[in-house]
Amino acid sequence: MMEFNFKIESGDFTNAGSISSSVKRALKQLNVDGSVIKRTVVALYESEVNVVAHSHGGEVVVNIFDDCIKINITDSGPGIPDIEKAMTQGFSTASPEVREMGFGAGMGLPNIKNNTDDFDLKSEMGVGTVLKFVNYFKA
Amino acid sequence: MKISEIAKLIDGEIKSGFDNLDHKFEFAFASDLMSDVLTVKQSNVLLITGLANIQAIRTAEMSDIHCIIVVRNKELNEEMIELAEECDITLIKCKYSMFKTVGILYDTVLKPLY
Ligand SMILES: Nc1ncnc2c1ncn2[C@@H]1O[C@H](COP(=O)(O)OP(=O)(O)OP(=O)(O)O)[C@@H](O)[C@H]1O
Ligand SMILES: [Mg+2]
Repeated sequence: MMEFNFKIESGDFTNAGSISSSVKRALKQLNVDGSVIKRTVVALYESEVNVVAHSHGGEVVVNIFDDCIKINITDSGPGIPDIEKAMTQGFSTASPEVREMGFGAGMGLPNIKNNTDDFDLKSEMGVGTVLKFVNYFKA
Repeated sequence: MKISEIAKLIDGEIKSGFDNLDHKFEFAFASDLMSDVLTVKQSNVLLITGLANIQAIRTAEMSDIHCIIVVRNKELNEEMIELAEECDITLIKCKYSMFKTVGILYDTVLKPLY
């Protein structure tokens, strides 16, 4: 088993994606199936961008096992007031700056769900948001 | 369709990925919304976009997209070019508008996704 830890700074669009990039490299080295790699890094990249765009910053813990990869993304708030609404395709509170970066279509969370085998999103206002997902290597 | 042929048709300037000019693409997708691009499941897709920033390259990296055409003569900075090179992505700078670029490429063997 391998564990990796990463920090994400709020507003740091320059580095958004660098974690996904590292994970992509690690999974490639382990000869994980290409379509599983793509699903995983797309989900992780959308998650990274969400923490950069919508939160005060956070961290990512990646655990790679023989048969799966588990990723936890935790941020320090402000939290998501209505998860069901946030999961709705097209719902977005992204700022004009975030939209200028090419994000804010309200497609990220539904796409993360689509690209993961197990998906769990919890949030508490004033505390933060925890997104956990798992992808299995065997199709 | 080969990257070199595509670049010629749109009078594009190739900025990275010079080793892949013979690589053939079958599909093209045009969008400025990166989350939209990230929903694409098809492989062998090239991206046409007006978004000239590092996130456009990151998005292509995660989506296994190996060619990006940036329209409207947008400046492609060193950081973008370096990352594209690292990710084996051919970056093409194009002076034409999105409308004109897409119009030209739609007339070729390149196929739309939807
Ligand atoms: N980590 C987070 N902290 C606080 N709010 C969040 C977080 N992640 C998502 N949200 C909220 O959920 C909404 C929907 O998120 P989603 O990723 O689906 O779309 P988006 O980020 O707005 O746009 P896109 O992902 O298409 O670029 C966001 O606009 C934001 O209001
Ligand atoms: Mg998002």
